[in-house]
Amino acid sequence: MIVERPRDLRVKKVLAHGFLILFLAFITFPFLMVVSISFREGNFTIGDIWPRNPTLEHWYLAFGLDYTRADGTVVEPPFPVMLWMWNSIKLGLFAGAGVLVISTVSAYAFSRIKFRGRTALLDGLFIIQMFPTTLALIALYAIFDSLGEVSPFLGIDSHMSVIMVYWSGVVLHIWTLKGYFDGIDTALDKAAAIDGATPWQTFRLVFLPLAVPMMAVIFVLVFIGAINDYPVASVLLRSEDNLTLAVGSRLYLNEFKYLWGDFAAAAILSGVPITFVFLIAQKYLVSGLGEGAVKG
Amino acid sequence: MSAPADAIPQTEAPQYLRWAIVAAITLGLLYVAFYLYLIAQPLFAVVILAVGVIFALIFGRNKYYNLRFVFPSVAAILLFVALPIGYTIWIGFTNYSSFNLLTFERAKSVLMSRRSVDKSTEQPFAVADLGDGTYQIWLPEAGLLSEPVSLTEALEEAALEKAGEPASLLTAKDAIKLRAGLQTLTLLTPDGIAIQNSGLRTFASLIPDYRELEDGQLERIADGVILTPDHEQGFYFADNGEKIPPGWYVNIGWKNFDRIFNNSGIREPMIGIFVWTVVFAAASVAFTFAVGLLLGVMLQWEHLRGKAIYRILLILPYAVPSFISILVFRGLFNQNFGEINLILEALFGVRPEWFTNANLARTMILIVNTWLGYPYMMLLAMGFLQGVPQDHKKAAALEGASATRVFFKITLPQILPPFMPLLISSFAFNFNNMVLVLLLTRGLPDIVGTTVPAGQTDILASFTYRIAFGFSSTEFGLAGAITLLIFVLVSVISYVNFVAMRRGTEKRVGR
Repeated sequence: MIVERPRDLRVKKVLAHGFLILFLAFITFPFLMVVSISFREGNFTIGDIWPRNPTLEHWYLAFGLDYTRADGTVVEPPFPVMLWMWNSIKLGLFAGAGVLVISTVSAYAFSRIKFRGRTALLDGLFIIQMFPTTLALIALYAIFDSLGEVSPFLGIDSHMSVIMVYWSGVVLHIWTLKGYFDGIDTALDKAAAIDGATPWQTFRLVFLPLAVPMMAVIFVLVFIGAINDYPVASVLLRSEDNLTLAVGSRLYLNEFKYLWGDFAAAAILSGVPITFVFLIAQKYLVSGLGEGAVKG
Repeated sequence: MSAPADAIPQTEAPQYLRWAIVAAITLGLLYVAFYLYLIAQPLFAVVILAVGVIFALIFGRNKYYNLRFVFPSVAAILLFVALPIGYTIWIGFTNYSSFNLLTFERAKSVLMSRRSVDKSTEQPFAVADLGDGTYQIWLPEAGLLSEPVSLTEALEEAALEKAGEPASLLTAKDAIKLRAGLQTLTLLTPDGIAIQNSGLRTFASLIPDYRELEDGQLERIADGVILTPDHEQGFYFADNGEKIPPGWYVNIGWKNFDRIFNNSGIREPMIGIFVWTVVFAAASVAFTFAVGLLLGVMLQWEHLRGKAIYRILLILPYAVPSFISILVFRGLFNQNFGEINLILEALFGVRPEWFTNANLARTMILIVNTWLGYPYMMLLAMGFLQGVPQDHKKAAALEGASATRVFFKITLPQILPPFMPLLISSFAFNFNNMVLVLLLTRGLPDIVGTTVPAGQTDILASFTYRIAFGFSSTEFGLAGAITLLIFVLVSVISYVNFVAMRRGTEKRVGR
């Protein structure tokens, strides 16, 4: 550990690097394959690892452009990938913003404002949230089916319905933010109170600015969670133009219509930005992870 | 807060604006509640009504100022988590399914709105285009021409008058294109008879199929058959025992549970699925934890260079949206032209049937889930490993303990307690990880000889999803009943987790 012979150390280093490189080869294999497949001709071709006749056909289609093959046939994009991506981003942004509003306000109350039954309420919310929303899909379907009769805006196949379901997943974030607010010196709110601030003003002018870094983490978590969601969106969204990427992408690998090449290009196109967001944010995410966030 | 809020100088939105917003939202909620009541959804109506009243109270009276802060989160959770859970449980006691899909009122109004064509009044029609977006309907047999109509999809009524044949009649093909607008159009003949579009080329008067009798029974006008509503089964039955769809959903007590426990076509696959769910969740946690911890320890090693690059590359599976990686694996594992089988065939001459052999399919699911989940464990392990004091390890090493021994005797016992709640929540997450199953295998290959769709790789959650939203069946009631059983299991896991978490935080505070 501390006293090691140089030769042993060198052997160990080589072994460690060797293992890690081998492991990484396995881990990155799917990514490399997808890149290769996206340039390969056709959707069925059993191709080589390095595409023999690289073509941009799948990429044209992924961007929603028609592609003219060498023999003059025009291929049209099978699915509106860019539209799906926009839908996903839209849902993610609205979900993130809503969750932030709801969770910061509540976390502040649970941390600072005294009212009867505060602990019991927080515990209660925690217990309710342990039942995953994905198990209550049937009821969600029935609820939004009824709300759709009131206004299609609130019903099945409307983005609003999906966003509202995402808004309800706030307890974990309330918990994280409450822990953060608990760590803030109470002298601050006393000073604010002496200056005549209402609790709302204390929240908005003192606590909210302090919580910005934490809010960024939560926003990214909710955003990624919304983009990755399959069960809720697959039940509540119906028409092709309203689908999110997660639901729509599945249509590529249908048993009857297997568009492997088109899927590969679309997957890279849509996966890269999200991956990028995640990698930038991950430095900050790790600290929040220990609080119990679970991602698939 | 003993002082009411308005004793403090107002720097916020003026009072009247606040009142206007509160009133508008309350009215909106009341409207939704009233409408839900109208369409025979009393349960949802009451819930929305309650939310509206509580909203008005909390935001209208300064006495409840403090509660305003928690109202949004509590309302969101009650509406979209608690209510659906409760409602799912209730559905478990009904026969809600594709056959019994409507409320009683709805089913009845569907039957009452059925119309049959009166053959004696059937006659061809043609459409005249007036050019300004309006049309006239021409009935050549009767020599009648309608007022100009717009033929949108909104309901429309127009009177007919005697007239000569108009110019600019559309061809039959163009007239068919206006079908949607024609179907919502009612024409009134000079005798006062209403006629409607009855076929591609004809208009006719439609007569209702059913007439309501005083005691709730319906009479089929064509043959005088009496239909009696059966509120045990949720169907109208004719005298001869014929079932008349559509059905409505009714409470059927414990029948769904009876089916689950006594129908071997459901019970046996369910036991298998339950066992697999537990094995899947436990194995996923074990594999991801083992791989993640190993990598975490390696990356923590002081003599290793290039840690930053390794770290970024190792995190990639976690960073890529999981639905994309899962679908990529679905393609790579494809039996006929998947790249994995190409390589395996080239190297070993085998082509494993990843999607049709149960054991291979399960192995595949575990491989993919380990690939997806180890970075999370690795990140956590790296965090916790930093918390292990160096001098403990040094002391043990000086005593001559090997590196493995130091790890198992010193490091692991120190990081395991804070890790425990996270492992349990990972177990709970995988217990219901239906995204993976639905996107990778859809539960296939199917178990043979079952009454409901059930697959070898189905976990309880995906099994329920397929019963409720599958291609072949939509048995919401049965799915609801199974969900209730899953809830019980989840409650147990959640309770264990809750206790572990409380203990974890107490320890952290105590240290």
